[in-house]
Amino acid sequence: MAPRTLFQKIWDDHHVAELEGGRHLVAVDRHVLHEVTSPQAFAGLEKAGRAVRHPELTFATNDHIVSTDVARTDATVPGGETMIKAMRRNAHAHGIQLFDLGDVRQGIVHVIAPELAIALPGVTLACGDSHTSTVGALGALAWGIGTSEVEHILATQCAILTRPKTMRVTFSGTAPAFVGAKDFILALIARIGTAGATGYAVEYAGEAIAALSVEERMTVCNMSVEAGARMGLMAPDEKVFAYLQGRAYAPKGEAWNHALAYWRTLPSDPGATYDAQIAIDVSQLSPQVSWGTSPEQTIGVEDAIPHPDSFDDPVRRRAAERALDYIGLRPGERLAGLAVQKVFIGSCTNSRLADLRAAARIVAGRKVADGVRALVVPGSGTVRAAAEAEGLDRIFRDAGFEWRHAGCSMCAGLNADKVGAGERCIATSNRNFEGRQGPGARTHLASPVMAAAAAVTGRIADRRMLQELSS
Amino acid sequence: MSQRQPRIEGIAAPLPRANIDTDQIIPKVHLISVTRDGLGDGLFSEWRYGPGGGVIADFVLNRDPWRRAAILVAGPNFGCGSSREHAVWALQDFGLRAVVAPSFASIFYENAFKNGFAPVIVGEADAARLAAIAQDFPLDPVVIDLERGRVRAAEGFDCAFEMDASRRRDLIEGLDEIGASLLLSPRIEAFREADRLRRPWVYRATG
Ligand code: SF4
Repeated sequence: MAPRTLFQKIWDDHHVAELEGGRHLVAVDRHVLHEVTSPQAFAGLEKAGRAVRHPELTFATNDHIVSTDVARTDATVPGGETMIKAMRRNAHAHGIQLFDLGDVRQGIVHVIAPELAIALPGVTLACGDSHTSTVGALGALAWGIGTSEVEHILATQCAILTRPKTMRVTFSGTAPAFVGAKDFILALIARIGTAGATGYAVEYAGEAIAALSVEERMTVCNMSVEAGARMGLMAPDEKVFAYLQGRAYAPKGEAWNHALAYWRTLPSDPGATYDAQIAIDVSQLSPQVSWGTSPEQTIGVEDAIPHPDSFDDPVRRRAAERALDYIGLRPGERLAGLAVQKVFIGSCTNSRLADLRAAARIVAGRKVADGVRALVVPGSGTVRAAAEAEGLDRIFRDAGFEWRHAGCSMCAGLNADKVGAGERCIATSNRNFEGRQGPGARTHLASPVMAAAAAVTGRIADRRMLQELSS
Repeated sequence: MSQRQPRIEGIAAPLPRANIDTDQIIPKVHLISVTRDGLGDGLFSEWRYGPGGGVIADFVLNRDPWRRAAILVAGPNFGCGSSREHAVWALQDFGLRAVVAPSFASIFYENAFKNGFAPVIVGEADAARLAAIAQDFPLDPVVIDLERGRVRAAEGFDCAFEMDASRRRDLIEGLDEIGASLLLSPRIEAFREADRLRRPWVYRATG
């Protein structure tokens, strides 16, 4: 057999039928639901008198709209409670496992899916959310879908896909201090643009990826969609297997050995070819921060904000002008030293234990700067409990951070956690769109380390400041 | 959809911006709903209304005749960002039936077809020219001819658009994708049976 890529192997093992127009019917091993994109799917299903085909392969949580208040109940923004209750009702009516408020396993879909080993190497996993590719870090083929497709999968346990092309992004070299997974992926998006990988399944590879922890790898796969790709994945390795062993839904006993043998066959074969290849040397990167209202509008923290005239493409030039106007910055300015009013450490990009540890190392023994409101929102109840077990909550709370319950929180601003108009926020999340964190909110995307440093200094830090903070 | 839709014809509103994301198309406050209806009021609400709720008079969809538009002409990478299908529902509820743009984000593109909404891809230059025509000759209808795969407008504008023939047929005839897939149930079941033997561990982790 010709050498195959990781993507091709998973595709081949899930292909059910070829449809018209280059589309395919593909079996879905794991379907994950949340309260915002599923109610209309259940309504459609019930209206057509159809059943959920495989409730035992379907999992649900309440995460997007829930309050992250420590004393939370179902009460959240107006209308939100109805959505939470609808998720509960739908899960119950169809025999679907729900990780609800009050359950330590509740959390952001993309955080709990790997943590509970719902996602596994070589499985296909779909969810009504564009950051579903996060779990590609385990070697799963995972992609985001709309509500109609949620309904389709509920009814058939299959999805309809156009076969994507394949792209390999190789991160080589050793990352300098304060440069990590978030900087890798932001640098890629800055380089290829928000549509640079549209139509591709991206395989991330290279020594710099191998060196990352499994949780850090999820940060890279998470933002694939910000480069236009629905799927981003990585070869599963021993780190992944060690991460999974013993987790709630991981295979056990003989099944584990069987699975492991299969998983070891998944990495791309030597000589497998890709439709596109990109290489990034991480040893050349500095901490990345977005300056505009699209994730591609990102630079190294010590670089000057580009002049709109430097973009040849008139559409991108106008976008840059518009972004600078919205974000309140001028060409040539530097991000380092810019004052912030909000700091958000959380979201499916950076709310796992590894992220909280990295931030806590900077925060330990310091105070949140005057005039700054800083939030830490763990990605799941499990992350929250693990962080508390090692005292991270104390570090954050002693510094003046709010230590919240798990949910999407200020990433989407769907619940009450918002950034005010004109306020500047450094956020570990994945989108800096106009109004994403609240109308008029100015978002700068960065790593947990950068967010922590901004919290304690009140400003976006450069490398020298980071050095001081960590000594 | 019960009625055939061989063409989409109507006023086209120019909005030639790049990377119009789904957070802009339907800001999140409007997602707090368990139904698909009534989202048109929230379409582009942060561009249509000021912070106090006042109408921003010069935004294209607030102006005559474009407030009655059936077609939106946009910049590249339309519909990027969140997977929310609400973006398509909001465009439809407002009265729009198609977006013409040089490129679309993947999830939006798929969501559109599932609702009988047409994402029409034309070249960058054609999109720019069509936006200019929509601006200058607002009352002349733009026609998206789904049968022939062409977009026509004033000033003799006539260009081919890129869309697979089966996709065009789905838009014309209407589509019951779930129904069609359920007809393949025997194949799906055969796949599962074989797969259970090959990868039993996938099926052990049951809730
Ligand atoms: S944390 Fe943000 S990006 Fe992630 S699933 Fe929630 S809303 Fe979406």
